[in-house]
Amino acid sequence: MLQTNLTHVLTASAHQKLIQENENVMICCGRMGPMCIPVYGIMEELEPEYSHVKFADMEFDNPESHPIRNAPECKGFMGIPFTVYYKNGKLVKATSSIQSMPQVRSILEAQFDNKKQ
Amino acid sequence: MPEIFDIIIIGGGPAGLTAGIYASRARMKTLILNEGTVGGQLVLTHEIANYPGVESISGFQLGNIMKKQALTFGCKIRSNVQVTGFDYSANPKIVEINGSERFFGRTVILSPGGEPRMIHVPGETEFKGRGVSYCATCDGDFFTGKDIVVVGGGNSALEEAVSLTKYASNVAVVHQFDQFQAFPYAVEEAKANPKIKFYMESQVRNILGDDSVKQVEIEHLPTGGKTMLSVDGIFIFIGYIAKTQGFEKCVILNDRGEIIVGTEMQTNVPGVFAAGDCIAKRYRQVTTAVADGTIAALSAIEYLRTN
Ligand SMILES: Cc1cc2nc3c(=O)[nH]c(=O)nc-3n(C[C@H](O)[C@H](O)[C@H](O)COP(=O)(O)OP(=O)(O)OC[C@H]3O[C@@H](n4cnc5c(N)ncnc54)[C@H](O)[C@@H]3O)c2cc1C
Repeated sequence: MLQTNLTHVLTASAHQKLIQENENVMICCGRMGPMCIPVYGIMEELEPEYSHVKFADMEFDNPESHPIRNAPECKGFMGIPFTVYYKNGKLVKATSSIQSMPQVRSILEAQFDNKKQ
Repeated sequence: MPEIFDIIIIGGGPAGLTAGIYASRARMKTLILNEGTVGGQLVLTHEIANYPGVESISGFQLGNIMKKQALTFGCKIRSNVQVTGFDYSANPKIVEINGSERFFGRTVILSPGGEPRMIHVPGETEFKGRGVSYCATCDGDFFTGKDIVVVGGGNSALEEAVSLTKYASNVAVVHQFDQFQAFPYAVEEAKANPKIKFYMESQVRNILGDDSVKQVEIEHLPTGGKTMLSVDGIFIFIGYIAKTQGFEKCVILNDRGEIIVGTEMQTNVPGVFAAGDCIAKRYRQVTTAVADGTIAALSAIEYLRTN
């Protein structure tokens, strides 16, 4: 399990359940490595502010993370983490490798802006 | 009446966190403002094996311990913020973050550390995470059975080129000079590896692809001849530079953009100190950063006592 304070998604079915039960979901699929840790940190920081978004992580090396690793939107990705954003169960945005706070924030604003509290 | 801190520290890497530990332990009202993840470059380091007293530890863990120590002594830490303005000549000194929030400090310690040097060619930013990488341990396995380029001629570049041969079929090392800067052992190991080919006195000019990297164009500098390499990835290890953009407006930097300090880590501005990889110095290590952070904090405390 990843050492973060985010919700951990451990199975493909839990992944499916999460994106079905929550309108806005951001999942960071990575390892405990240099390019991933900063993204988890950013998500932990933003979680209280974006209460209408469910933030979670998933282990890249867990075979159960195939829905993210094999998503068509992640084709060509060659750097972890794969960070994916879902709206009403549909993958609406995906990024590869480390992201900065302004980059993550701008995606959250663009994709999930409607209900920001 | 706004809250006034005794010491505001810009940057929460080993230098800033150490300054935070010393300052808050001395009961100074201390605030660390950090742009990224607390820990700085420590977070980028899988294993630290040369920090005295600790045989081996991940950089992430070491950074977390330093953070915990600073918090325990009462230091306040704000991470993932952007410093958008400052006035260090004012009294108290002013630091603005995220374009709105303002903090006031009687002294300031600058410890923004370093950032990886980019090659600044077309395709580098567009293909980041799609074949352009700065971390072999993170992304190496995406290139199993593929051909890649490694840019650089220092220890990191050659050691990572060798480690990437665990995955890649062929590794082309592109280096701009006719000699390597790496230690002889690293050069010998790379040269002895049959999967590695060298392109000396050459520079990358273009990174091309569609969904991901497909080609890298290199130029042989003495002749101007261009070669197109069909590869799936490019790893860039050409060192780190001081992350001091914008700081030239408040303190004196040298021509490499590093902050010039005296032996007490004082800058040219009274009450403003600097520490860590951002200052003009030869050796950049965790040990030297924490030493600088210690001196900067103690100097700031002394400044507060006498001013
Ligand atoms: C891959 C790698 C491996 C390494 N391995 C080792 C090793 O094994 N042993 C060793 O001793 N050293 C190692 N080093 C070097 C060591 O990590 C650095 O020397 C050390 O981290 C420098 O500390 P610092 O606090 O000065 O800067 P940094 O660690 O760079 O921290 C600076 C912090 O300031 C923040 N910041 C930057 N600009 C601003 C701003 N404008 N406002 C607010 N915050 C800002 C950054 O986000 C960062 O958190 C390694 C470095 C790398 C990259």
